[in-house]
Amino acid sequence: MTEEPLLDLKNITKSYPGVKANEDISFEVRKGEIHALLGENGAGKSTLVKMIYGLVKPDLGIMNLEGEDFRPTEPRIARLSGIAMVFQHFSLFEALTVAENIALGMENPPNSNILSDQIGKISSKYGLSLDPKRVIGDLSVGERQRVEIIRCLLQEPKLLIMDEPTSVLTPQEVQALFLTLRRLRDEGTSILYISHKLEEIKVLCERATILRHGRVIGTCIPKFETAKSMAEMMVGSKLKSLKRSARHLGEPILEVNDLSLKSLDPFGTSLKNVTFNLRAGEVLGVAGVAGNGQDELIAVLSGEILSEKNAIKLEGKYIGEYDPVERRLHGLLTAPEERLGHAAAPDMSLAENTLITGYQRQNLGHRGFLNKSAAIVFAKKIVKQFDVRTPSVRNGVKSLSGGNLQKFVIGREVLQNPKVFVVNQPTWGVDAAAAAFIRQALLELAQDGASILVISQDLDELMEISDSIMVLSEGHISTPRPADGITTEAIGLMMGGTEL
Amino acid sequence: MMRLEPRSNSSNIMIALTPIFAVLATMVFGGMLFVLLGKNPFEAIRMVFWDPVFGEHAFYYRGQILVKAAPLIMIALGLSFGFRAGIWNIGAEGQFIMGAVIGGATGLALYPMNSFVIFPIMILTGSIGGLFWGLIPAYLKIKFNANEILVSLMLVYVAFNFLVGMVTGPLRNPDGFNFPESRSFQDFPAAHNPELWSGTGIHWGVLVTFGLIIFSYVAITRHIFGFNVRLAGQAPRAAKFAGVNPNKMIAICLGLSGALAGMAGLFELTGPAGKLTTTFPVGYGFTAIIVAFLGRLHPIGILFSGVLLAITYVGGDIIQSQLSLPKASIQVFQGMLLFFLLSVEILVNFKIRIDRGVLK
Repeated sequence: MTEEPLLDLKNITKSYPGVKANEDISFEVRKGEIHALLGENGAGKSTLVKMIYGLVKPDLGIMNLEGEDFRPTEPRIARLSGIAMVFQHFSLFEALTVAENIALGMENPPNSNILSDQIGKISSKYGLSLDPKRVIGDLSVGERQRVEIIRCLLQEPKLLIMDEPTSVLTPQEVQALFLTLRRLRDEGTSILYISHKLEEIKVLCERATILRHGRVIGTCIPKFETAKSMAEMMVGSKLKSLKRSARHLGEPILEVNDLSLKSLDPFGTSLKNVTFNLRAGEVLGVAGVAGNGQDELIAVLSGEILSEKNAIKLEGKYIGEYDPVERRLHGLLTAPEERLGHAAAPDMSLAENTLITGYQRQNLGHRGFLNKSAAIVFAKKIVKQFDVRTPSVRNGVKSLSGGNLQKFVIGREVLQNPKVFVVNQPTWGVDAAAAAFIRQALLELAQDGASILVISQDLDELMEISDSIMVLSEGHISTPRPADGITTEAIGLMMGGTEL
Repeated sequence: MMRLEPRSNSSNIMIALTPIFAVLATMVFGGMLFVLLGKNPFEAIRMVFWDPVFGEHAFYYRGQILVKAAPLIMIALGLSFGFRAGIWNIGAEGQFIMGAVIGGATGLALYPMNSFVIFPIMILTGSIGGLFWGLIPAYLKIKFNANEILVSLMLVYVAFNFLVGMVTGPLRNPDGFNFPESRSFQDFPAAHNPELWSGTGIHWGVLVTFGLIIFSYVAITRHIFGFNVRLAGQAPRAAKFAGVNPNKMIAICLGLSGALAGMAGLFELTGPAGKLTTTFPVGYGFTAIIVAFLGRLHPIGILFSGVLLAITYVGGDIIQSQLSLPKASIQVFQGMLLFFLLSVEILVNFKIRIDRGVLK
């Protein structure tokens, strides 16, 4: 690494109607460094990289690439100048092969034999094993990401931008990716690495620039920081650590026995012989990469999909054929991953949204007639106890930020005193302060004797709050293992389908 | 440059104002239509909107407005539940016909019996006729995921041909010189739906309609059923999560709108129409779709829009007779109303922003 800057940004400002996405941003990416861009959702990371990649034009400010004025008007020009980007969401055609997909993205694709050779060379050079002739549809998410990376490397970029690259990978895949990135860096390629996973940034990145509310808060050297100190810079306030106290685990409350379910969605994952017990006061984590049956598991537990009667047992009662309302009345509450449109109706007010799950259990009506004032009282209680920032409970929920909406959705269930609470991705896309709040609320709920099943793709989160962890992989569920003493590597192996 | 910018919250002012914009735009473009037809647009617009209510012969027209508004409102109320839930019953016209035929046939079967229970029984069987006709698309949608828009629309033509078959066959008036008509209900007191107060146009159907407006208002704003309907329309997955069974919702919404359309058909048959003929259907079932949307699917809004559309019906008769314009011209006029309503609706969720100069 040299001190010489590759890309130098000065006073970059970009406004959208009503918000300043980026304000007066200055920082530099040096030659041959892995530079992290850190910040919460909405801090302005994506806007910033979109400007570097030519997708958005800055209102003010200048960019210099290798000392020369750099104003990309479109991504093609940015690519010609040596900038490549791997997006969080891939743009690949499932029915085409690796080589065909890569050729599609090129200005002047060489003939397929030459291209396959080039792909082969790059993949062996950087440890990205990949067969150019395979069809994308058959590849795992990690392999698809490799296709995107190879596509970028074929341009021999000076700067590689990676947007949240590890959010879809297993721990082993993450390690392999890091090896590749380090090799690239050693050859002089700079990498701008966007993430909010602080532990990863600590091991991978030389320097980090932290954004908050569209402004640069500072640049730090992650090696010398702790995850907590970086998180506090991101959030701008002190974070409380989770309080856990010893709990006594009681009898099994929820027993799932040999539950198989054919997914109705052609791209869904069928559940296969899922069996586990959830004990009173237990927090049981379900790890796994997205698309391995998480959506199906929560739907079959919430009652949106019915199963065989005997497959699910709640407090000795077989409830597989109960609808969501009956399950709620029996104390099984759920919070799905998708906040807008599934857990909550975007155009309805907070008060009206309490009716979705609270109508029966909270007596928000009588003989079918709604008790609107009771709904308002319940909504206000959620807003108060879960610190939901909103001017009024009569506002539409779509006006809430992600973190506030998630606190509302979780609070709505937690305050109904569930016996069993099943939650999918409790802190997905939520700011760090809200995430800490939600995790604490879940722990306190378990403290009061409720059982909690947490489905999450965030391993750190599961390690932090679960008593035991099991892995959902291609619709199979592993035996739960105590969270104490389990390593991310072990969980990673289980994600790959290895039974330990 | 003009741009559309999303609003963070739907504008309540615009929800109230857009129907008025739509009516004004219809007047302007409808006026142009009349100019093209060689008529004085101001005179024509006055005849359509003003004369039925305040003109010289308004005392007669006002009753006519109620007579025409009642079935429109009754059908539109039923449709509004399905439309809110995202279930599109376009075949109310067919359910209207089936209600009249089945309810009318029940009455005719009992002719010339004289009992006060006959009329209520006819209302019941008429509603069941409409309900049954509405449940056919519901069943096909639930069972085979058939598109209810197409099925319900196609069933209108089946219903019409059923009507033609009935009035030329089993239901033909035996004393009617082989005309394709049923017996007149005016000559059958136990089954007649008379004008209750002379000159007002009010018959039993009008009174029931008023009751239904209140009932719908309570159901949609105060009852869990109305909440579930709105939820299913706005966020189908959230509705399923709340425990709303989508198939039940389909059956209830199509059944309810069918039953109300059938009931409207029965009141129309036994009152203003008087007998089953091949010209019995005049398009109330289709116009009610406009009424429902113009009234923003809200019962009170539907009351106003139903009266407005009834005025254009009566006004259409006036320009037909006085300016000798074709009947189609008023239908174009009503179509414009829906067209403009749907186009200005974008203002509820978007605002227009005008950029001055180009930003650099």
